[in-house]
Amino acid sequence: MVNCEVREQDGIAVVALSGDVDLESSPRVRDVLLDCVGAKRPVLVDMSRVTYIDSSGVASLVEAHQSARKTKTTFALAQVSQSAMRVLELARLDKVFIIHSSLADGLRNAG
Amino acid sequence: MAEAKKQTDKRGSSGRARLDGKRIVQIRIDSRPEALRLVRAVVGEAADLCGCSENCVRDIVIAVDEACQNVIRHAYGGRPNGEILVDIRREGDRIAFNIIDFADPVDVSKVKPRSLEELRPGGLGIHFISECMDDARFRTPPDGAGNRLWMVKRIE
Repeated sequence: MVNCEVREQDGIAVVALSGDVDLESSPRVRDVLLDCVGAKRPVLVDMSRVTYIDSSGVASLVEAHQSARKTKTTFALAQVSQSAMRVLELARLDKVFIIHSSLADGLRNAG
Repeated sequence: MAEAKKQTDKRGSSGRARLDGKRIVQIRIDSRPEALRLVRAVVGEAADLCGCSENCVRDIVIAVDEACQNVIRHAYGGRPNGEILVDIRREGDRIAFNIIDFADPVDVSKVKPRSLEELRPGGLGIHFISECMDDARFRTPPDGAGNRLWMVKRIE
C-alpha cells in the first residue's frame, strides 16, 4: 500500500509518497505524478518514507520525468530512502533524476 | 539473467524435475499484484533466517518480487487466477529460489535485459534480477508446470 499526499508549497507541488510503490500501487502513483506535472508547476517528490519501490514504480517516475521534460517543468526527487536509492542505482537513474538530499534543498532549487 | 536458456535438470525416479537443497519454505499465491506484498514478506524473513545481511536480504527481495511480477504481467498476461509457486531452499552457503508458474511456456530466448542507455519506462525487471542475484536461469519445470525460473544468491 502506498499513500500519496500532494500539497503546494511556494508554488511547488510536493508529492509525499509513503509505503511500498509496487505493481499494485504504482498505477495510482503514476496518475498523481502525471497530474501534477500536467499542471505545469514544479514537482518535488518526497521519497523519505518509501519503504520499497519496484520496476513498475521506477517506470512511473521515468514517465513523469519525461513528461516534465516535454513541458519544460522541473521534476525532482528529495530525501530518497535507502531502499529506493538502491533501486534507482540499479537502474542507473540516480544520475538521470535530479535528487536533493533534503526537502528544504529541493524547495530552494525546484522553483 | 545473462543466459536465458532452459537448462535440463536431473530428474528423480518419477521423471519429475528435482529441486535441489533443503526446503526452507514454499508458498503458493494467485497471480494478483497484491499478493506480491506477501511474497516480499516471506522471502525477506527466509533470507534473514538464513543469516543474510540487510543488503543481501534487500537484493533478494527485489529479485524475487520482479520475477513474480514478470509471471503476473507476461506469463499470465495480467490474469489474476493463475497460480505461482515460490519455493525457497538452502543449498550449502547459498539460497535458491524457484519461481514456478502454470502458464504457457515462455520463449526464453526473448527474456533478456534491455540496455540502460535508453531512458524509457519499463523493461527493468530482468536487469534487476541479474544485478541482485548471483545466477538466474530458466530450468526444466516440474510436470504440469509451465515455467520455472531458478535464482541463487550466496549468503553474505
